Amino acid sequence: MIVAFTSKGKGWGSMIDPRFGRTDYFLVYDESKDTLSAHDNRQIENEAHGAGPKTAQLLFKLEADVLITGNGPGGNAAAVLEKAGIKIFTGAQSFTVNEAYRAYQEEKLQEF
Amino acid sequence: MNIAIASGKGGTGKTTLSVNLAALFAEERKIVLADLDVEEPNSGLFLQGDPVSEGVRYKYIPEWEESTCTLCGECQKVCNFHAVIQLASQIMIFPELCHSCYTCSELCPTDSLPMIPQRMGMLKHSKDGMIDFVESRLDIGQEQAVPLIAQTIEYLGEHFGENTIKLFDSPPGTACPVIEVIKNADFVILVTEPTPFGFHDLKLAVETVKELKKPAAVVINRYGSGPADEIIEFCHTSDIAVLASIPNNRRIAELYSGGELIYTKVPEVRTELEKIKNHILKQWK
Repeated sequence: MIVAFTSKGKGWGSMIDPRFGRTDYFLVYDESKDTLSAHDNRQIENEAHGAGPKTAQLLFKLEADVLITGNGPGGNAAAVLEKAGIKIFTGAQSFTVNEAYRAYQEEKLQEF
Repeated sequence: MNIAIASGKGGTGKTTLSVNLAALFAEERKIVLADLDVEEPNSGLFLQGDPVSEGVRYKYIPEWEESTCTLCGECQKVCNFHAVIQLASQIMIFPELCHSCYTCSELCPTDSLPMIPQRMGMLKHSKDGMIDFVESRLDIGQEQAVPLIAQTIEYLGEHFGENTIKLFDSPPGTACPVIEVIKNADFVILVTEPTPFGFHDLKLAVETVKELKKPAAVVINRYGSGPADEIIEFCHTSDIAVLASIPNNRRIAELYSGGELIYTKVPEVRTELEKIKNHILKQWK
């Protein structure tokens, strides 16, 4: 499984970014290869409209199976994620990426 | 001549000024007042007109024709609003994000994104004495005010001649809806009030009209309710005239609350509105 996190930084110790469409980074953890990679999403600041669908499309390109985030995506982004077959877990905004991953494994996060 | 009455901050008196100014102009000129605050039109509360016409308004949004699409991706590349998204072999369209600009539809090499009508609101035209009144109202749930505003201005162009003064009661703020209105105006009146919030948003509104290169002037409403020195100083340094100051007066609030015209009953208001009228008529020539 490929698990993506909305995050404020580039490592396991970074805080989860509560926003979806305008998240600073995506951290992508490939469980089978045990690799973590960071994807900068900050250029989305320049977009006045449609940040949600645009970011959801990026997540699709990153081939994520699961998204772990804070507040959860808005309606338009959720429609893209649903079509892309990405499972969404919310409520991780007070966690680091590491803590959020553990909470997800322990099924403590809410499925969107 | 198209005159936009705008403000920046909401609740400074755009509608009060629009309705009263329209009535004053109607004493000697052909005038149409258009309420272009389509998300929250309220000029109609002050006018009791006989209906002239009424109609549903549609905006056009693209619909994906899967059978002819080659998935070239041009549509999503050209959409500035991310209203068209390609996901593997699917094209997704988000009507709430679409600005009806036709770009994706026009540039699609296989014509696989025909534009389809979607109801967005109503346009009503009525006549109260000598005032023609046009009001557009966006349907609940619709997010885009701009296409309805654009169609309403088009309606005015089709139904009224060059010698009819067109007054636009604008939406508040400095975002797309008010820009659509100001873009189509020859002259902008910015209504402000002597409060920190009123002053702050006036500065944003002035920046907006300067960016759009439109001549503008300021009207201070509720004059006397707070210090106006900063506003006057700012207008002076920005090279924008303060056309009139409408006094802060309980009688005005009472008439407003009753849905009545003010300038006919409060002489000071008539005097101030005459200044605005004369300024506009001078520009007209």
